[in-house]
Amino acid sequence: MTMYNLTTDQRVDKALADNFLRQATRRATDRLRNNKYKASDELGNWEEWRNAGETIRKHVIANLDFYLHQLIEQMEKRGVHVHLAKTPADAVGIVRNIVREHDAKNVLKSKSMISEEIHLNHALEEDGAAAVETDLGEYIIQIAGEPPSHIIVPAMHKTRQQVADLFEPIAGHALSSDTPTLTRFVRIQMREQFLRGDIGITGCNFAVANTGSIVMVTNEGNGRMVSTLPRVQITLMGMERIVPSFRELDIMLNLLARSATGQRLSSYTTILTPPKKSADSDGPEEYHLVILDHNRSEILGDKLFRTALNCIRCGACFNVCPVYRQLGGHAYGSVYSGPIGSVITPLLEKDWKKWGHLPYFSSLCGACTEGCPVRIPLHDLLVKLRMRKTQSGHTPQVEQQIFKAYRYLFTREKTLRRALRLGAHLQWPFVRNHRITGGPAPLSNWTKSRTLPMVAPKPFMQIWADLNNKR
Amino acid sequence: MKVSLFATCLTNAFYPEVDLTMAKILKHLGHTVDVPEGQVCCGQIAFNSGYVDDAREVARTLINSFERSEVVVGPSGSCIAMIHHYYPTLFEKEPVYLKKAEDLIQKSYEFTQFVVDVLKKPDLGAHYKAKATYHPSCHATRLLGIGEAPLKLLQHVKGLELLPLPEAQLCCGFGGTFSVKMPKISEAMVAEKAEHVLASGADILLGLDMGCLMNISGYLEKINKPVKTMHIIQLLGEGMKS
Ligand code: SF4
Repeated sequence: MTMYNLTTDQRVDKALADNFLRQATRRATDRLRNNKYKASDELGNWEEWRNAGETIRKHVIANLDFYLHQLIEQMEKRGVHVHLAKTPADAVGIVRNIVREHDAKNVLKSKSMISEEIHLNHALEEDGAAAVETDLGEYIIQIAGEPPSHIIVPAMHKTRQQVADLFEPIAGHALSSDTPTLTRFVRIQMREQFLRGDIGITGCNFAVANTGSIVMVTNEGNGRMVSTLPRVQITLMGMERIVPSFRELDIMLNLLARSATGQRLSSYTTILTPPKKSADSDGPEEYHLVILDHNRSEILGDKLFRTALNCIRCGACFNVCPVYRQLGGHAYGSVYSGPIGSVITPLLEKDWKKWGHLPYFSSLCGACTEGCPVRIPLHDLLVKLRMRKTQSGHTPQVEQQIFKAYRYLFTREKTLRRALRLGAHLQWPFVRNHRITGGPAPLSNWTKSRTLPMVAPKPFMQIWADLNNKR
Repeated sequence: MKVSLFATCLTNAFYPEVDLTMAKILKHLGHTVDVPEGQVCCGQIAFNSGYVDDAREVARTLINSFERSEVVVGPSGSCIAMIHHYYPTLFEKEPVYLKKAEDLIQKSYEFTQFVVDVLKKPDLGAHYKAKATYHPSCHATRLLGIGEAPLKLLQHVKGLELLPLPEAQLCCGFGGTFSVKMPKISEAMVAEKAEHVLASGADILLGLDMGCLMNISGYLEKINKPVKTMHIIQLLGEGMKS
């Protein structure tokens, strides 16, 4: 968790100084992005698919009450224990209680961003029932003690050699860093774990409301092991992760797999309609569904930000983001990084002091919006967050003054003309070779890495007026 | 046609020759050009920083100054995108100005878009012998949907060899206040952009937004790389002289 103790500036410095990380991130996001283009182009009408995705998500979010109710009803009818968690602490408490009740020692986990959001692993560790991450990427970062750096590829920032080094103490001998050796090692480790597990914890990509089914997609099949071998299963889901029926699920699975990794379908799509029935040969006998709110209800009621709940966590926005590309995920400091992380973290956590930097981790280039399979206007939402932060008085005084001055001058063209001519005189101390090379803050932030052109001796408006003999 | 120029705040202060050349080209094409008084800025810098109320007043000033114009043309995809994309939200609670904003949206164009799509004059008869590459700036491309127009203008410049820019879709890291608010991230981004510009083999980098070009040229200058940056308008203007 070391990243969490640094300031934003320190995290950015650390990321920018780490060439391994930056190369790995660049390479991995390029690959995912290009695969996505192939998989979306191949459909021939990707924009229509996006429209469909957007329509479905908007419909679900607008009718979330109804669908949640339907889902819970279906689940409870069959004997699933449904728990509603208002806060992350509530969710952690619920899981802890279940684990304690069963006196479970071996808890298995497949990938779940909700478990990261509520910092579940940490709590279970304290209880002496440490959960073993069974997703390869999650397993790696669990050993490293780091948060995920990408919602789809949590260990994106690690090179193969770094992974081999992490595994060495567990293996008891050096491992070569080729992929077959590393995956073989993990497979052996996991097999033992799977057989011993008494509780399985999984995430949930979609919950089908009208049948009460849970859908998980994985590429390693670990989700399937975690949801079949242990006798007790807990599924964690964010309350917005719903589709009405299998009809919509079909579209959403296509959008998710193609946008996330460029696959037509993820290698394993697991659909559970729990709990185990007497005729089933495997599956959990006891099933708990934990539905997390964590201020999602509030976002739902906020018309400026409601669309943020449409996200299907595909990670496509990460893979086209030029900021994420330079930094990787840890510099954001939040569990969810990348463009969508910068949008939802301040909304979920409601703490400008801690997360106020996130809306500014964007040049507003719009690549995220363009890449999003459900058309979330991410860069607009980032601007709206900045607006909210400004309006609630959380931006620096100096900045507020600067924009006051801006408003004064930039609504008075003639005054601005005089100011510019003054500027043209005042700039000389900072000029070298006809370029401005220094200056007071915040200008110096620019001139540290770039030069600036000189303020023209006469602004265009003056030149034009002179040419046309006006005043 | 009577064309009103929108001299953006950046070109007005730092690059008046871009505005002047734009006026010359439009006159050359047989149009009357005027520059309505009072205009300053689209307000984007405040809007994107979250200072909506300040942005609104700057936007109002701009709307007022172009109220009587027939068409408005500006040398920036980003500023025109601001008008098209955000003015409706900015004035959503003011019906009178919302109407005026919509009127401005209807009649305003980015320069290359106007010349190619409206005037249908992709060939300005320019000659310019050089190897150049083109940076498709983000707001022009993604918010205004400008794709072909600038390329069509450039393809008609005799002697100009247009080289592909690797990873052209990547933002240059300018982002207005982003460049001073997150200077290190911005620097990393412009460093990568510069890397691709140099790899393109071009001697000139072209674009249609001086903000991005100011950023990239400022960096290239700092690291002493001799790639020249020009607004498409500047290149066309030079090329039309000969
Ligand atoms: S915001 Fe859109 S692109 Fe980003 S993870 Fe969510 S669905 Fe995918």
